[in-house]
Amino acid sequence: MDKQKQQEYQKMVERASPNSPIFADCLRAFLVGGIICTIGQCIMNFCLSMGADMENASTYTSVILVVAASILTGLGWYGKLGKFAGAGSIVPITGFSNSVTSPAVEFKKEGYVLGVGAKIFLIAGPVILYGVISSMLVGIVYYFVR
Amino acid sequence: MAVHIGKQSVKFDLCAVVTATASTVGTKEGEGPLKEYFDVVLKDNLAGKDSWEKAESEIARQNISLAIKKAGLKNEDVDYIITGDLLNQCCGSTFGIRDMGIPYFGVFGACSTMGEAMALGALLVDGGGAKRVVAAASSHFCSAEKQFRFPLELGTQRPQTATWTVTGDGAAVLERKGKGPKITGITTGKIVDMGITDGNNMGAAMAPAAADLIERHLKDFGVAPDYYDVIATGDLGYVGRSLVCEMLEQKGITLGDRYIDCGIEIFDRETQDTHSGGSGCACSAVTFAGMLYSKLKSGEINRLLFIPTGALMSPTSLGQGESIAGIAHGVVIENVR
Repeated sequence: MDKQKQQEYQKMVERASPNSPIFADCLRAFLVGGIICTIGQCIMNFCLSMGADMENASTYTSVILVVAASILTGLGWYGKLGKFAGAGSIVPITGFSNSVTSPAVEFKKEGYVLGVGAKIFLIAGPVILYGVISSMLVGIVYYFVR
Repeated sequence: MAVHIGKQSVKFDLCAVVTATASTVGTKEGEGPLKEYFDVVLKDNLAGKDSWEKAESEIARQNISLAIKKAGLKNEDVDYIITGDLLNQCCGSTFGIRDMGIPYFGVFGACSTMGEAMALGALLVDGGGAKRVVAAASSHFCSAEKQFRFPLELGTQRPQTATWTVTGDGAAVLERKGKGPKITGITTGKIVDMGITDGNNMGAAMAPAAADLIERHLKDFGVAPDYYDVIATGDLGYVGRSLVCEMLEQKGITLGDRYIDCGIEIFDRETQDTHSGGSGCACSAVTFAGMLYSKLKSGEINRLLFIPTGALMSPTSLGQGESIAGIAHGVVIENVR
């Protein structure tokens, strides 16, 4: 009986809850994500033109984007961009930088050890953990199958 | 003497008088539709402190002091402070009032705290346990986001059903004697859990508790909704308000335009980007201490049913798959001789 009541209420809630504007969200994510990637490509082309090889150029590009996003987070601009762009600014590497810098800013008040140190990977932690584990698994499979 | 009536209500005889209120709000609230009703609008949401939590305590300290001053009292005249907030162990309130030297009851009712504080204060005054009580509640957008959601600068989008935690503190001085509207009755809510697990849809989690309380209150007091000039829930927002109306319609209770929600009143969702509305302990507390009290004093409202609503949860409980339970507390405030 209670389960049934809860299910009925859940349906009522779904009817009453407005959806996010998916089309506009997708469009903005596409535009901003595209712009970030274009900026990345420009940086990479610049590094290549300065004589860097492909591997170094992509490393420089990542480093520059990560540092830039980190500074923008500290200035309070990346959060605003994320509000506008959604996945467009979360998916590129700049979003990863934002997810590490924002807890560092937020928890600085609790000190550098128990605040910044303990909380800095609050959001990025799961990505790093499971990224490392899955790459290990792929590595093991690759070792036996290649 | 107070009389327990019906299942969940108390009708007062020696009604506590709300002799003064004070409201202090943050910058965003100070740009909203209710700005002219607030006593203090902060220029800086840090209130001169170096962390959001300390800022919340400072806001509570300043606002409770202001309420005591507005009632023409000194700290030593106040028998009890009853207050609470959303932070762990109610630190927002406790550090705010620690130097006041006034006996303190700490309460937690999530965002319904103001209703709980006023109800307990009215019981104390009516029962002869106190002559003067300050009931208050506070919340801060930034400290609440930090504790319950994500760091402020994380670039994410909020769903349309999400609400915006109000920054501020609302306080009311309840006295045995004095001039002002009186608390004539209370209905204490019970926990109602309809299995909502979406932390971004608090309105839906709390609406069943509010609907249950309104139905119970009307039965206990034997009145119809039109007895009241205004029925105001705490922070259900647009989603929660529509659900309350729908649930009560199914039971044959029509609230109509007299039913407002403090979360809808406090922000302009078109220009302030607050989605479903305002929330937090301060949402109902400052709307009462600001607009509703002002209208009670002017006679624009003579009978108010004030129902702060709360969502009972913690990040840990949500992480463990628990649903969000709702609570609502009804306080009747009337202009009576």
